[in-house]
Amino acid sequence: MTPSLLIVALALLSFIAFQIGKARALSVAGGARGIRDLHSLPGHYGMLAALWAGLPALLLVILWVSLQDRVLIAIVTSHLPASVMALGQDGFTLFLNDVRNVIAGNIPASQVSAEAAVAATQYVRLQGYSRMALTALAFAVAVLGLFITRSRITPELRARNSVERVFEGLLFLCSLVAVLTTLGIVLSVAFEATRFFNIVPASDFLFGTRWSPQMAIRADQVGSSGAFGAIPLFAGTLLISFIAMIVAVPIGLFSAIYLAEYAPSQVRKVVKPLLEVLAGVPTVVYGFFAVTTVGPILRVWGESVGLDVAGESALAAGLVMGIMIIPFVSSLADDMITAVPQSLRDGAYALGATRSETIKQVVLRAALPGIVGGVLLAISRAIGETMIVVMAAGLAANLTANPLEAVTTVTVQIVTLLVGDQEFDSPKTLAAFALGLMLFIVTLVLNVIALYVVRKYREQYE
Amino acid sequence: MSDSAASVDSLKTKVPAKTIGDITVPSPVFSCRDVDVFYGDKHAIKKVNIDIARQQVLAMIGPSGCGKSTFLRCLNRMNDTIVGARVEGQITLDGQDIHEKRQDVVQLRARVGMVFQKPNPFPKTIYENVAYGPRIHGLAANRGELDDIVNQSLRRAGLWEEVKDRLNQPGTSLSGGQQQRLCIARTIAVNPEVILMDEPCSALDPIATARIEDLIDELRESYAICIVTHSMQQAARVSQRTAYFHLGDLVEVGETNKIFTNPQAKLTEDYITGRFG
Repeated sequence: MTPSLLIVALALLSFIAFQIGKARALSVAGGARGIRDLHSLPGHYGMLAALWAGLPALLLVILWVSLQDRVLIAIVTSHLPASVMALGQDGFTLFLNDVRNVIAGNIPASQVSAEAAVAATQYVRLQGYSRMALTALAFAVAVLGLFITRSRITPELRARNSVERVFEGLLFLCSLVAVLTTLGIVLSVAFEATRFFNIVPASDFLFGTRWSPQMAIRADQVGSSGAFGAIPLFAGTLLISFIAMIVAVPIGLFSAIYLAEYAPSQVRKVVKPLLEVLAGVPTVVYGFFAVTTVGPILRVWGESVGLDVAGESALAAGLVMGIMIIPFVSSLADDMITAVPQSLRDGAYALGATRSETIKQVVLRAALPGIVGGVLLAISRAIGETMIVVMAAGLAANLTANPLEAVTTVTVQIVTLLVGDQEFDSPKTLAAFALGLMLFIVTLVLNVIALYVVRKYREQYE
Repeated sequence: MSDSAASVDSLKTKVPAKTIGDITVPSPVFSCRDVDVFYGDKHAIKKVNIDIARQQVLAMIGPSGCGKSTFLRCLNRMNDTIVGARVEGQITLDGQDIHEKRQDVVQLRARVGMVFQKPNPFPKTIYENVAYGPRIHGLAANRGELDDIVNQSLRRAGLWEEVKDRLNQPGTSLSGGQQQRLCIARTIAVNPEVILMDEPCSALDPIATARIEDLIDELRESYAICIVTHSMQQAARVSQRTAYFHLGDLVEVGETNKIFTNPQAKLTEDYITGRFG
């Protein structure tokens, strides 16, 4: 049986075990009348039997399958003739690739060396034995689990407690997945970044003002020696994010105020979903928009007033990114404004405050922490945004505060460093991880501050 | 549409068509004639006629949903802020119709203050909470005058001694009873003619309630006060006149001691003796 088929069979067996356990509990209790004498409901006993039948066998299957390939390859390797072992490290890796391709059926056995064909045949034969052994063992474990549990079922057995403990564990495992993934990402980025900092000093990276990651790959090549000063990149990121926030914060905030305080409900019903559609537009489409529409328009306008605007300018990228973030700001601000209790508005109105006085001095004041939190989240989105700037901001690492020039950002450089052929022991490639780590730290700090502020605000009115 | 609904309603409820008791008083501050309120199709208040006297507390009692809060909110046009609410009939404040085009609702609310069921201090300091009304109405020429208004208002609300050393702390840091007195101070600061109170003690403990009731008694010297309450003891303690509402009708109005000792309408008697409500 293949492992996937085996898992289906085990699931079926668990289902049967559930029925057996339930029936056993009922018979121990002496029929439906006796259920109140049982510690748990009959279903709990059934579930306990199902878990004991299914889980240990499932763990066995998972463990076996994850180790099977390594063990089989070791056995096959130990039977190889000396000629293959003499191939050396690289040759042996190629040989193993051939063997695997034959096993997977990607290439016919006739196209590889005789030794490889023999090894592949041996692997397939061993795999067959291994599967048979696994099937027998898994069923044995499952049936054993079922019968031991069945014999343990008495009115005193605390089946519910055990079952609930197992499910609690499962829930914990699921939540662990997300945490471990984050940890894994951080560790892998941090590890590669450390390798980068071993080659390039951290101070050069953090405080250098020249970014030119091209390295000579071979000693005889003509090329620059590379400069990894990240300041121009962070300056570009900040410039574009700043422009984006200048667009997004006022427009987002004012539209939220309009929607929450002024708009008739019919207008709100139409406009709010439309605004949120903006959030669903893929960023690559915003990128087109920046390159094909906003960039050229800015260029023409700039020429008409005698300004020299680069085709790929920080301004175009920032403007479009700002538009992208508008729904983010407005929807968060709208939530915060709507969450301000009506009683506060009533209090201001009853003192004779006008609508605008009420909004400016009472409603916005109460919603301010939430709005600030939302803006911080929006900034961290702007900093991490990639696609728009890749398409519209340019690649030149200019250290400038002029929004009409082309600048580059951290995310753009990460993309260019990792696109195409690369070698993972060159600082050029590793620089991407150092940049990624910095970016991660910055957005993490922003998010933590934002969530703290938002939570503090929520506590105030609940 | 709402007219037909109204006639069906009045057929069902069999309330005496005319309010029992003395609806008029000499030289009233408010005078309400044939006031109707509709929330959409719902006829919440039906042809209410009542005068409100100066320097006196009027208590409005009645079972939940009888329209007493709705009527209270007519007096400073707070119903304007509710979508779908419609007020008909005539309400005059010192002889002037409050629904007249010339009447600015902002000025009206400066003359008719309101205290709500739940204390609702603004997210500002204690000082700024009280100073807010005078500021938006430009009542103080300089900081010194503003300080005086804040000081006076907090004193009159009986809160000064408790907060004089912490005027710069947020209003929300006070206890519930203190917050409610802060809201009263905030209302007094605008120097209104009438103060409306919508169940001002329902969120407070008995000690805080007693303080507010004492305060209401003192404030009566200078203001006309209308209070909505669910507590009949409270109505008996603080008011000089009582109005009993039932399902949108003003059933009976009269001197408080008469209403509580010798009610004329059967509905009033049933409610006061605790047969329902």
